[in-house]
Amino acid sequence: MAKFGKKSSTSQDIPTAALPDIIFMLLFFFMVTTVLRETDILVKQKLPKAAQLSKLERKSLVSYIYIGEPKQSSVFGKEPKIQVNDVFVEVDEIIQFVNQEKDKLNEAERDQITMSLKVDVESKMGIVSDVQQELREANARKILYSSVQSVDI
Amino acid sequence: MARKNRPTAEIPNGSMADIAFLLLIFFLVTTTIANDKGIAMLLPPKPDPNQPPPEVTKNDRNIFKILANSQDRLLVEDEPLNDVFELREMVKSFILNFGSPGEEGVLIYNSLPASMKAFSSSVRRSDYSDDPTEAVVSFKADRGTSYELYVQVLDQVNAAYNDVYGERVGLSASEFLQLDRDDPIQDKKYQAARQGIPRAISIAEPNKIVK
Repeated sequence: MAKFGKKSSTSQDIPTAALPDIIFMLLFFFMVTTVLRETDILVKQKLPKAAQLSKLERKSLVSYIYIGEPKQSSVFGKEPKIQVNDVFVEVDEIIQFVNQEKDKLNEAERDQITMSLKVDVESKMGIVSDVQQELREANARKILYSSVQSVDI
Repeated sequence: MARKNRPTAEIPNGSMADIAFLLLIFFLVTTTIANDKGIAMLLPPKPDPNQPPPEVTKNDRNIFKILANSQDRLLVEDEPLNDVFELREMVKSFILNFGSPGEEGVLIYNSLPASMKAFSSSVRRSDYSDDPTEAVVSFKADRGTSYELYVQVLDQVNAAYNDVYGERVGLSASEFLQLDRDDPIQDKKYQAARQGIPRAISIAEPNKIVK
């Protein structure tokens, strides 16, 4: 019985002097990795699920086109709309947008521009294929149907 | 002396961790990890207005036709299909059919691992492709087809191709996708898997509504 009464001589405190340093390290990690969103997305964005996804290699070559039902359906209506940068555009304005995006790139890289289509699952193919036709016209042929990873069977 | 009573010039740093925690939590909450993944596709070049649209010269059995209507129903090889997930196996057996392979087809067939040869002969059908170099998967969606179904079908067809590519070099479809082409060893594997079998997926334009 006397065994249990014995007092251990080791200190039970965890040294907390280095705690701020650890927290700062985490903080810097998150500060560095955070990308502040440049555009305000005005359309609903529930991306489809797919299993066979490939990654984008070079972010600088990517431009985004958002398609979906406007979030403010009372103002913009319920029909799916196309958004680039911060504004809604019509289908025939896409060529102009692609050319603007191409102008930002080096001459050598212009053909490699990739358009990432972020399309809401509720949308119909009509508007998507209209956009694709315009992209063909604008010679931006590499596209990516942005989707969420689903579990592979 | 009087010096001893002077207050210490140190900043209290006991709450430093708390301040850092607050900032940390702020960045944790605002961070959105960008997901830039998706199904990659290459659109066909724009049609030349001076040239008539090219005639389809391919043999009918070399084209695997998938149609989707505005009610999201599928018609695959002229038969209705209810479960989109069956497409993967169907496309796979279509590509690996080797009905009457040409010279290049025979070479590809001989390079396949034994398991794929066995798979090919077990599913052989006369109305599927002659050999993988000839095979084309054609997908046509209606303007009213939902985008969700469209992506699912593309996903299944891509999965079938990745299955084929992966199996040639002893990988699964997802392992094949993760091959890093900047690494020479992995790039070699990738090239070996792709060699001779093009990923021929043709997306037809939806019918235009005549105004």
